[in-house]
Amino acid sequence: MSLSFQDLILTLQQYWGGHGCVLLQPYDMEMGAGTFHPATVLRALGPDPWKCAYVQPCRRPTDGRYGENPNRLGAYYQFQVVLKPSPDDLQDLYLGSLTAIGIDPLKHDIRFVEDDWESPTLGAWGLGWEVWCDGMEVTQFTYFQQVGGFECKPVTGELTYGLERLAMYIQGVDNVFDLRFNDAGVTYGDVFRENEVEMSAYNFEVADTEALFDLFKKAAAECERCLAAKLPIPAYEQAIKASHVFNTLQARGVISVAERQAYIGRVRDLAKAACAAWLERAGG
Amino acid sequence: MADFLLELLSEEIPARMQAKARNDLARWFAELMAAGGLTHGAIETYSTPRRLVLIARDVADATVASREELKGPRANAPEQALEGFLRKTGLTRDQLEQRDGVYFAVIARDGRAAAEVLAETIKRIVAEFPWPKSMRWADGTQRWVRPLHGVVAMLGEDIVPVEIDGIASGATTAGHRFHHPGAITVGGASDYIEKLRACHVIVDQAEREALIRDGAAKAAADAGLTLLPDEGLVVENAGLTEWPVPLVGRFDDDFLDVPREVIVLTMRTNQKYFACTASDGGLAPGFVCVANIAANDGGQAIAQGNARVLAARLADARFFWEQDVKVPLESQAKKLDGIVFHEKLGTVADKVDRVARLARWLVKDGIVKGANPDQVERAARLAKADLVTGMVGEFPELQGVIGGYLAAAQGEPKAVAEAIRDHYKPVGQGDEAPTAPVTVAVALADKLDSICQFFVEGIIPTGSKDPFALRRQALGALAIIIRNDLRLSIGDVLALEMGSGAGLRAGKKPSKVDEALTARSLDLISKLQLLLDFLTERLKVQQRDAGVRHDIIDAVFALGEEHDIVRLLARVNALQAFVETADGTNLLVAYKRAANILKKEKWEEARRQAQGERSGVEAEEAALAAALDAAEPTASAAIDQEDFTGAMAALASLRVPIDTFFDKVTVNDADPAKRERRLNLLLRFRDAVNRVADFSRIES
Repeated sequence: MSLSFQDLILTLQQYWGGHGCVLLQPYDMEMGAGTFHPATVLRALGPDPWKCAYVQPCRRPTDGRYGENPNRLGAYYQFQVVLKPSPDDLQDLYLGSLTAIGIDPLKHDIRFVEDDWESPTLGAWGLGWEVWCDGMEVTQFTYFQQVGGFECKPVTGELTYGLERLAMYIQGVDNVFDLRFNDAGVTYGDVFRENEVEMSAYNFEVADTEALFDLFKKAAAECERCLAAKLPIPAYEQAIKASHVFNTLQARGVISVAERQAYIGRVRDLAKAACAAWLERAGG
Repeated sequence: MADFLLELLSEEIPARMQAKARNDLARWFAELMAAGGLTHGAIETYSTPRRLVLIARDVADATVASREELKGPRANAPEQALEGFLRKTGLTRDQLEQRDGVYFAVIARDGRAAAEVLAETIKRIVAEFPWPKSMRWADGTQRWVRPLHGVVAMLGEDIVPVEIDGIASGATTAGHRFHHPGAITVGGASDYIEKLRACHVIVDQAEREALIRDGAAKAAADAGLTLLPDEGLVVENAGLTEWPVPLVGRFDDDFLDVPREVIVLTMRTNQKYFACTASDGGLAPGFVCVANIAANDGGQAIAQGNARVLAARLADARFFWEQDVKVPLESQAKKLDGIVFHEKLGTVADKVDRVARLARWLVKDGIVKGANPDQVERAARLAKADLVTGMVGEFPELQGVIGGYLAAAQGEPKAVAEAIRDHYKPVGQGDEAPTAPVTVAVALADKLDSICQFFVEGIIPTGSKDPFALRRQALGALAIIIRNDLRLSIGDVLALEMGSGAGLRAGKKPSKVDEALTARSLDLISKLQLLLDFLTERLKVQQRDAGVRHDIIDAVFALGEEHDIVRLLARVNALQAFVETADGTNLLVAYKRAANILKKEKWEEARRQAQGERSGVEAEEAALAAALDAAEPTASAAIDQEDFTGAMAALASLRVPIDTFFDKVTVNDADPAKRERRLNLLLRFRDAVNRVADFSRIES
């Protein structure tokens, strides 16, 4: 039988742990992508080697569909691997992980399709691919070139597995809520459907926009206080917080096109300042 | 002499960059070899997702040794002269030779071994390759499109030693990523392609493209489908595979409710699949994808997997479609005031108001005939509404198309739905200009509004800068005008646009009406001239692209003062036809002869005749004068009636008289009166011809 959702995670952890990665637990903050985790953003800066892997829950308020769409979720999981400096055999290591979770590359069509990655809110970009398995994007594969506006030297290689999609593929399931979460009869829907319904209602209809605008301002101010106190990590956390609040405001549809750029710019300035402070302290 | 092989093995090169990379590699290699003085024969370049390959035939073994002698200053010349010579030659004084009191520099170059020149060439190619985007990796400083892993460099059977960022050249490369993951050794250019083929890599992109083109069509046919050919997809898939295997997949019939364009676009853009049609010409619920392996189950799992991915995508598209159909376009249009069209030109809602007004005017003024003005206004008001739909949010390139489908689904009249669908047309070279009257009015108004508004704001394309694609919009507007024979004055359009612009845009209201009006009309005149020049320039481009000779275009445009595009083109066409006839060719010869004589004699305007003006008039002279008497009014009348073919025919009647005139009559007669009279006659002939077109610009 194919891997359950939780066994998929365990297998990837086992595999990357075996290749020298520190296995971290999810960061305890709301964020839109595993990349936002300080273990990726901050550790990609400066000269020190770093290898880690972790699961990160991601929240994308605008993607919520009240649990009614078989492919879209407002919250989902990413499995994130970062290796610095990027090893020469990173592609082979990655393909080894696919074999480990049961994908035979002579039966399934694995492809590296150009996809350059950019995060305007992090002032970060890199080149790489989306990895396709039989036409399905299962991983984002990126060589970081810049983070927080700073050159990455050495370069970090980042692998981001979309866990639900990958599991749906492996299990041959067409609806995310039908995924086997474990091998004891619990589905993904049992665990998360109600979550999707309620969070969609909250993000689209209920969230207090006044309070959110206020929260954004406060997070930005707090970030600056931390920067003044030369505390890059708490400063970066406040940047993450501001970023998530902004995402929720977007879902509520209260940010106009013109304002949108201004908000992204504000978050980027905070993230960049935190990165600068981190580099200064790390002596990079 | 030997053949040279270069293979640069890397991680996957983006498909869209490969064609340019091959060209750059060939050009760059040839340039560097020429600079290095190493001769070679034909160059072939190839690319696969993982390699960039060059084979140069018949590379010389070494560069030719040379000896060059340069004469310098005299030995007793000032010191500066000698210093300058040393700088120029790069030699020191004791390296110069002195003969007969003169310095000579002898520069001898030894022949260099081919391997040495090739190694330098490879280093420079890798160091300076013009990738659109390149990257660093690991802890190195080398840049390449993706991490570079290997360099095969062989001259004949010998390795050309070179090292690039820790990678030493050799004879070893990799086969197909999954079929032959291990290292393989090649013997040189002679066996490279076949060795790789044996390891499941087809090196030649043209061969892969043919395999995909033919294989996809065959796979579809075997499944009872007809492939929709798509050369862009052929090339892209060839850039994504080393061992292409086309496979047929299916999707659920239910998805065919979604607009066809959406399905095709989803397949093409997101999945790189070929779409197929059924026997009735409608879209079939099947597709062809191209795998990169000969799968061990015959491709069944791959086809199924791809079908599942597509189903998920189509389900998403259907979700948006179903949501969008529920919202009337009219309500969507209300949201357009939230979208900024341009900071100086207001919102999209403002633009829609202007377009609606202009489109209605085009119909009311009789410029666009056969359109119901209410339908025109309705179509114009709904044309941009799809910009706020979920569908266009997902597929921006389907703007207009989605609006058309939604309008039809929501019961708008066919003419309105079509106008919404096609109002962006024509979008480029080869795209048909619309002809349905309602569509013509909206499509033309949309383009003219953008052009006029940006010109009014002084946002005018210069050089390579045309951020709002006004040149393309102008070409589109011209194509619509020409295709539909529309007679309109750009001046009227601009006046209307400036009027409505001032009214519709906040902060633009004149404080003192009179002053503002005067200022505005002055401004209007200067803007109009700029706009006319711009459109004229576009029209020339458009006509050149349509295959009209540029000198013919110039000959007509040089007349100036003609701003009716349809009339201009009628004249261009008549002239083009005329100069290709025997009459036209001969008349042109005679015209040039007359013009040359007049130029030589500096006879720029007719001079009043002294006495005896009628004395010694030759018969041929009189015949030409008579012919002109007849042709001038005929040509003028024909031009007035826009009968340019008639005007050309009138000119043609001058051909025999002018030819015989030149045969029989001496222009430069000793009698100044005769000379003057004849020069005046030639002038009259030249001017008569020039009224139809400036023949001096036509090349013989």
